[in-house]
Amino acid sequence: MATPPLPKRIIKETERLIADAVPGINAKPHEENLRYFDVDITGPEQSPFEGGVFKLELFLPEEYPMSPPKVRFLTKIYHPNIDKLGRICLDILKDKWSPALQIRTVLLSIQALLSAPNPDDPLANDVAQHWKDNEQEAIAKAREWTQTYAERKMSKIGI
Amino acid sequence: MSDEDLTFEDSYRDSDEDVEDVEDEDDYVDDDDTDLNFTDVVAEKDRKKNYEVDFIVHSIEGIVKNQDDEVTHVSNILGIQKQHAATLLRHFRWNKERLIERYMEDSTEVLNKAGVITDNARTPKFIKIPGFICDICCDDDEDLDTLALSCGHRFCKNCYEHYLTQKIKEEGESRRILCMASKCNVIVDEKTVELAVNKDIHERYRTLLNRTYVDDNEYLRWCPAPSCEYAIECHVPQTSLTSIVPTVECVCTHRFCFGCGFPDHQPSICVLVKKWIKKCEDDSETANWISAHTKECGKCHSTIEKNGGCNHMTCRKCKYEFCWVCMGPWSEHGTSWYNCNRYDEKTSIDARDQQAKSRASLERYLHYYNRFANHEQSAKLDRELYNKTEKKMEEMQQTSDLSWIEVQFLKKAVDILVQCRMTLKWTYAFAFYLARNNQTDIFEDNQRDLEMAVEQLSELLEKPIEAEKIAELKQQVLDKTVYVGSRREVLLEDTAKGLLESRWEFQVDIKS
Repeated sequence: MATPPLPKRIIKETERLIADAVPGINAKPHEENLRYFDVDITGPEQSPFEGGVFKLELFLPEEYPMSPPKVRFLTKIYHPNIDKLGRICLDILKDKWSPALQIRTVLLSIQALLSAPNPDDPLANDVAQHWKDNEQEAIAKAREWTQTYAERKMSKIGI
Repeated sequence: MSDEDLTFEDSYRDSDEDVEDVEDEDDYVDDDDTDLNFTDVVAEKDRKKNYEVDFIVHSIEGIVKNQDDEVTHVSNILGIQKQHAATLLRHFRWNKERLIERYMEDSTEVLNKAGVITDNARTPKFIKIPGFICDICCDDDEDLDTLALSCGHRFCKNCYEHYLTQKIKEEGESRRILCMASKCNVIVDEKTVELAVNKDIHERYRTLLNRTYVDDNEYLRWCPAPSCEYAIECHVPQTSLTSIVPTVECVCTHRFCFGCGFPDHQPSICVLVKKWIKKCEDDSETANWISAHTKECGKCHSTIEKNGGCNHMTCRKCKYEFCWVCMGPWSEHGTSWYNCNRYDEKTSIDARDQQAKSRASLERYLHYYNRFANHEQSAKLDRELYNKTEKKMEEMQQTSDLSWIEVQFLKKAVDILVQCRMTLKWTYAFAFYLARNNQTDIFEDNQRDLEMAVEQLSELLEKPIEAEKIAELKQQVLDKTVYVGSRREVLLEDTAKGLLESRWEFQVDIKS
């Protein structure tokens, strides 16, 4: 069975994502499945994720944009709102989703979540507890994980 | 014991009026205002029993009508369109007084919070706008139908239909569907929904709205019987459930507690019912048995049940040798082999006290549980009893000249029997938590009287039919049925009155 044609909305969004890219965010659809995107998000400055590049996968379900896109971290990350499977606790990906939101806004929100972790609404309980009990230590650990799992190639940061 | 001069307790609201009246004077109160709408003149024949509460059964049509009346009322008072009045009422969970009060104080804030923008000149309709591009589907057709709520966020007809259908059909949403624009909290009103979706979906939407009307309303509850579509209105607030057991009966004949939705559990109050069920379900009683029948090895803490032999114990697991009586190490027993003379030492006395206590509490629980379970078991056989009675009634019609209507007394007797068993069952849960005082004797007397009467009636119903003795049997059954019914009334009346007067003392905290 032939796949249904891609809705105009998705085509437009994809075009704009590529033509007018957001700094620190890179999203590219798979050639064989235009609803599936490979995403790279650069760790925001002054966050424990600075210097890392995080890989994510993003999928636009059949009902998109009536249903939110499905997004997941592929790179390991130490963050109170992201669990070890890479699932993200973010309101706009659930009940606060509005069809007027876009891939772009979702990825920006995720980038913002990296800058401002919210341990009061945790997904990974142990990490959130760590964040609450000893923020400095948790941040250090997040930095360590960033270096271990998300560091850009050695040459690029000048070693 | 039945007190002829019962004063009508304030805590009961009298609402003998018909449906509309109640809705009109309507007092949806938030807190424990229990004595509103109280009419002081009560005719002798209308005087209620202490264990009864007033309630009204509403059909779906009635519920729809009530909603409409409320909405029209509010829309007239506040001078806003009906669909907006409805959204506001839903936001305030149908607490009309509070809505009007708040609206008078600060209408802008109320409207903002509820997600309503009133614009009386506007009715939702599709319009075509040249050069319009829908932000959601990116469609820019020339003759695209578009629709916007009062907030002005405009989208195309298709997207609206898609969105609303998804919300209603897949997510079961109704009263809190927001504008599609991100961060806009304007609610999609009823009129707009009606305009945008097809007939089936709109019907589903109405059903969901009706459901929330009952769910949101503190004084309404759906009948929990399977596929029953009636809702009960009862004005007993949640806060008085420690002194009243508001038992209601739907037109489908299902009797249940308005407070918790559980099947009829008079005379036990809801909180005791919950505790009791939990206790019976929990494995805590297994633990109780273990502590009553076993001891622990002093070294490796394995559980040991002594099933014979002497007091010189050797733990199978860790080979620790100890004395079963004093639990001390066997080596300290020196020469007093097989005979512990350390029995009276403090440690062993303590250990024994603990065992005795645990054993007593277990036996007490089992006493009540067995009786409770016994009646529950009988209740499960109800269906069978009804079938048997049915056959008996046929048989009776054949063997005697009694007509169909004249043998109905048997069915009536079974009805009463079943109801009494239900009551008896819950008296044991009630009694389990009751702290002993003078009042408990009265309770137990009532319980015993009912129990005995029920057994006698049950026995009569089991009797084989002898043609020549039918008249006699009928008289006996009729008498016993009346007697059993009155015993139940006495028991319920006394416990209900005791609850209202806070006469009962419980072993557990019923306020928590």
